[in-house]
Amino acid sequence: MWDYVKLVIYGLIAILAAIASTYARDLAYLVHAILVVAIAAGLFIYTLRRMGHEKPVKTGYLDAPIRIGVALTAFWGVVGFLVGTYIAFMLAFPEMNFAWAEGYLNFGRLRPLHTSAVIFAFGGTALVTSSFYVVQRTSGARLWNDGLAWFVFWGYQIVILLAATGYILGATQGKEYAEPEWYTDLWLTIVWVGYLVLFMGTLMKRKEPHIYVANWFYLSFIITIAMLHVVNNLSIPVSIFGAKSVQVFAGVQDAMTQWWYGHNAVGFFLTAGFLGMMYYFIPKQAERPVFSYKLSIIHFWALIFLYIWAGPHHLHYTALPDWASTLGMVFSVVLWMPSWGGMINGLMTLSGAWDKLRTDPIIRMMVVSVGFYGMSTFEGPMMSIKAVNSLSHYTDWTIGHVHSGALGWNGMITFGMLYFLFPKLWNKAGLYSLKLVSWHFWLATIGIVLYAASMWVTGIMEGLMWREVDAQGFLVNSFADTVAAKFPMYLVRGFGGVLYLTGALIMAYNLWMTVRRAPLAETTAAAAAAE
Amino acid sequence: MDTYSIFREIADSWVLLAMFLFFVLTVLWVFRPGSRELHKDAANAPFRHENQPAQDIEEARQ
Repeated sequence: MWDYVKLVIYGLIAILAAIASTYARDLAYLVHAILVVAIAAGLFIYTLRRMGHEKPVKTGYLDAPIRIGVALTAFWGVVGFLVGTYIAFMLAFPEMNFAWAEGYLNFGRLRPLHTSAVIFAFGGTALVTSSFYVVQRTSGARLWNDGLAWFVFWGYQIVILLAATGYILGATQGKEYAEPEWYTDLWLTIVWVGYLVLFMGTLMKRKEPHIYVANWFYLSFIITIAMLHVVNNLSIPVSIFGAKSVQVFAGVQDAMTQWWYGHNAVGFFLTAGFLGMMYYFIPKQAERPVFSYKLSIIHFWALIFLYIWAGPHHLHYTALPDWASTLGMVFSVVLWMPSWGGMINGLMTLSGAWDKLRTDPIIRMMVVSVGFYGMSTFEGPMMSIKAVNSLSHYTDWTIGHVHSGALGWNGMITFGMLYFLFPKLWNKAGLYSLKLVSWHFWLATIGIVLYAASMWVTGIMEGLMWREVDAQGFLVNSFADTVAAKFPMYLVRGFGGVLYLTGALIMAYNLWMTVRRAPLAETTAAAAAAE
Repeated sequence: MDTYSIFREIADSWVLLAMFLFFVLTVLWVFRPGSRELHKDAANAPFRHENQPAQDIEEARQ
């Protein structure tokens, strides 16, 4: 019966999208309508061909979407880093904005492609995938509903596809980290509600008495992102047959909503969600429980209570009321403490097992990741102080800060997660090569150091150049002077990106060979005997 | 008073106090007597059902 319903739904979507494509008012909408027709028609045929087949018995954990998810995470990582490295060199060599690609592949189009590819494609896929894995293992229960799990997984990938193609073709509402237009936003809302239901459903049928702390972080990430996404994307489409929409908020209200969203995308997507990963994968890799469970609970509640107020620090010295930016600054500084509480909890999990740092490159990766988390959660509060911000804002220091958090914390913990999960999911005794992990570790670490250091130098330099006045009170430097002065640092930054990308390519090769070549784990026989 | 001012008034007095109390009580609750055993049990949750859901293990045992 359900198969017939699915056929009707897929058929209707394909027909409606086909009709919409004939009325399309712009290129992005046309391409998206055709993509939707192709996906819906493909699913229609897929469902039709499998009608009446025996459904497989649902025992054990649902690991199939996780296997695809970890592979896609590695893939999106490489794509995101590649685009990032490319646009880094674009800033050093503006000639790379080729005339023939103008309007499609120039810096302005590729920059949101890079940010969304690394945050939402690489980070988002890592979060969805790892949350599926962690919630099952720590609840002792299979995911609540197989069909819903597949819907959430592929639905999210469709969001990525629509967003990425949309940026190239110019469908953007111009909100940082929330660029996709109205129909992509609506689709993500549907997928996200499904994600929440799936996660809650799995928690409700858990066999463990307690909800493990990693799941608290994942759940707060899911709920908060739903709230942020809906409020920040309140907009009215100009036409239902076009990509363009108009924001409901205007002026300073729009700016405040945008940075309330923007900073909490950092706080709940890139921090809370990834802390969920930290609280599961570090104890697992170190083979010992988290240092202090009490601290993890306090860490959780303190982070939840503080993060949501920190957004206004993105709008110091603007039309925003002074009290609001002071509030943002104060909460950002207070936030330093729970962040470091979490860092200490992650690091101290290794107490008594510090020798693993020497022998296990994966744990080394995770520890460096937590180290970068600590470093950027110190740098962030410092930069949110108004006096510091007057120097750092609009400079490359901000970009350096973002990347020490994103490459160091999010990237490294995700690499650790992938190195942990690949052998587990394909039932292998271990990784194909630990030596290659070491190579990846050093390339990535040196890449980040080059990136962050060059951005500190160039950021502080341009901040100082912008404010330099002569004895008569005239500005000494023109904007173009600062651009020229930054050239060598842009080369260093680009080279750092090349090293980081090379590390990711080595990881992709290592993971591929793990699936193809690494010997099977012994435990399969033991597990089969236990059944 | 307009809606903004009313909300502002409530937010920076009673709501602020309520949230602060909730947070302080949460921290105190973590240190309640008898929580040590519970937390120790919870901290070991990742090590119990690595390969199979709890239900499958029970069924296999029967």
